[in-house]
Amino acid sequence: MTEFDPVGVPYRERERSVTMERMGEEPVSGTEAPVEGDRHDELLTINFGPHHPATHGVLRLLTTLEGEVVRDVKPIIGYVHTGIEKSCEDQQYWKVITFVERMDYLAYYFNAMAYCMAVEKLLDIEVPPRAQYLRVAHMELNRIASHLFGLATGALDLGAITMLWWGCRDRDLVLDLFEMSSGQRIHPRYFQVGGVIEDIPPGWEAKVREFLKIMPERLDQYLNLLDRNEIWLQRLKGTGLITQERALELGVTGPLLRATGHPWDLRKAMPYSSYEHFDFDVPIGLHGDNYDRFKVRIEEMRESVKIVEQALDGLPEGPWITDNRKVALPPRHELATSMEALIHHFKLVTEGFRVPPGEAYVAVESPRGELGCFVVADGSAKPARVHVRDPSFVNLQSLPDMAKDSLIADFIACIAMLDPILGGVDR
Amino acid sequence: MEVTRQRVDDLRVRQLRAQQMLKGDLTDADLEEFVQERLIFTKFETAQNWARKNCLFPLGFGLACCAIEMITVIGSPRNDLARFGAEAIRFTPRQADLLILSGRVSIKMAPIIRRLYDQMLEPKWVISMGACASSAGMFNNYSLVAGADKFLPIDVYVPGCPPRPEALIYGIMKLQDKIMGTPDEGWRERYKAHGTEERSEGAGVA
Amino acid sequence: MPDATGLELIAQRVRDRLGGEAVRDTVFFRGEATLEVAPEAVRATLAFLRDEDAEPWESLMSVHGCDYLPDEPRFGVHYQLLSMERTDRLNVKTRVGIEDPSLPTVVDMFPTAEYQEREIYDMFGVVFDGHPDPRRILMPEDYEGFPQRRDFPMGGEPVLYTFNEDSYPRWYD
Repeated sequence: MTEFDPVGVPYRERERSVTMERMGEEPVSGTEAPVEGDRHDELLTINFGPHHPATHGVLRLLTTLEGEVVRDVKPIIGYVHTGIEKSCEDQQYWKVITFVERMDYLAYYFNAMAYCMAVEKLLDIEVPPRAQYLRVAHMELNRIASHLFGLATGALDLGAITMLWWGCRDRDLVLDLFEMSSGQRIHPRYFQVGGVIEDIPPGWEAKVREFLKIMPERLDQYLNLLDRNEIWLQRLKGTGLITQERALELGVTGPLLRATGHPWDLRKAMPYSSYEHFDFDVPIGLHGDNYDRFKVRIEEMRESVKIVEQALDGLPEGPWITDNRKVALPPRHELATSMEALIHHFKLVTEGFRVPPGEAYVAVESPRGELGCFVVADGSAKPARVHVRDPSFVNLQSLPDMAKDSLIADFIACIAMLDPILGGVDR
Repeated sequence: MEVTRQRVDDLRVRQLRAQQMLKGDLTDADLEEFVQERLIFTKFETAQNWARKNCLFPLGFGLACCAIEMITVIGSPRNDLARFGAEAIRFTPRQADLLILSGRVSIKMAPIIRRLYDQMLEPKWVISMGACASSAGMFNNYSLVAGADKFLPIDVYVPGCPPRPEALIYGIMKLQDKIMGTPDEGWRERYKAHGTEERSEGAGVA
Repeated sequence: MPDATGLELIAQRVRDRLGGEAVRDTVFFRGEATLEVAPEAVRATLAFLRDEDAEPWESLMSVHGCDYLPDEPRFGVHYQLLSMERTDRLNVKTRVGIEDPSLPTVVDMFPTAEYQEREIYDMFGVVFDGHPDPRRILMPEDYEGFPQRRDFPMGGEPVLYTFNEDSYPRWYD
């Protein structure tokens, strides 16, 4: 690494350039925004984070300020890099699900879904319809939970602290539902290759319907609190503008792209897992500012409520995981009677299933955008490469564009509405 | 002291007695009795520890998925930390005394956490929340520090991936016992097995 | 996805435009189309597919790398293209060996590749010529080695059991 010195300035030197002692000195070249004339002694490069109350996780932003106006932002990431992708190469395919779930840690079902779909594509197996509907129901509930948490912390950043209590309160209801169906609130390892690990318990549907009844009223409550609040509107309207072309160039997807007016939603455009059976709308914004992102998220929650209701209404009977015994564990009552079931169970638990060589890339629509999973299989029981194209990683590239020439307060609102999840950014 | 007189529990009588106290009307014996009922004798350290444990200021610091559960503990109305007096989160380490290390500690982040810990003022405590902060968790690879106790002294480890909010609150309650000076020794206390702790020579107290 | 014949037609058009050496292979596997090109021709191929092709692919969704050890050439870089008009995906793939792990950057054509190419450099060591900010992105800046290569050790610590805990040196030793 030492022979490849990228900007000509080693890292420690660059870090020293942002301390107070060097304020009056010549800036270390390559660290500051390009300046015109002799304005550079008005520019101050400071560090936002990695520990800061207004960052969603450990995001470090090297901001160049001129007074209160942000001139340039350089995000520095990698503080939660866990080497998940490398660890996955050492685990069996079904164990990788637990690793991949922990990347984007608010939208855990989506990570597992993308990975399971990629492996199912490689194995060329069918997911039974009941499993598809259950997956859709869980994913949409997770979308509601993720948006609630994003709005809760975003409102906390902007000062509307009541939203934190309300968002967490409703999120607890959703996590109760997850706990009822799979046993764990967060990272439940519910999706497996071929379906879901277990059928929903009796009473789950009733509880979900109770939740779905109160959710639209709660959304109206939030809008009542925030949407008519002069401070909230002034802070969000007109700030963090990004044009549709620039967003498309930067690969931004999800609510940020839909807020600019582009109706790209993978659930509608390239439907997967029986999303085409459901009737829902895709909310889009008009201007591409922070207010549109906020409204798009609220409306998406409303649509998710509709989808879950339709999924529960139309839930088909049948198996919840594929019948292919080479991939999915046989039901336990068969182990007492059938020798093949015993052997399959043994092989699956000790070695895992083998996947024929190939490569697959599958994308799902997570609450932050397009979440893609690229799996390379080499014929053994462990994947050769698992890569997750995380939406927050790509969306973060739009932050300098959004924050250019805005005040610090608007910059904080941009980060709040961008909703990055650093676990996914760093993996 | 031996109390042979009747304990007067009637609320109205107590109120009148307090009124008399304020006016200065109580005589010697009554005054003594009044004061004795309301006096606590304790050591200074106990009082200090009691004050400290009931008013912890957590540092607002979250790394990864455990931070979500930590925010649920602090922010959710169902399990909330305000019952224990710890709701005042301070985002500057200079004013905080409890560092809840929630999430995986990567090698890039470790010096920063150490700097934060050094900036906190005494007395300070650290709770390592989750499996990734206590050991490497499920990620035993090149980019994580296997357990934050490699560079920080940790008081309470809360296992789980992520630990339930109730588990974190249980961990905070154990920390409160530890602050009080009566650390909860768990099974050693139940089975009277003191003296079975493993210590090897050279085990420095960090 | 373009089906198998569509993929062959695209490959033929690329060959016509850039010469027969550009396209190395076409793979159509489980409904996914992959076009393997030579490393020198990657930029031209992406520019052609974006601008001049009859069926343009205007969005680059993901740039990711893969280490195919022991298969030579070792490093594969995949460009996942998306066409929103036709809701179609195409994967363009190149392979570079370890003797010269460098590729021209596509950041000027697709600004979304900035962080993703930095990540490929950080994890595999594939150098992108012309990248505006070629630093490490996920690992600390002075880290040595490229973690996601197959011959890089996993790292971490051995799990301590009673049989090996005394022989394992602790941090305070």
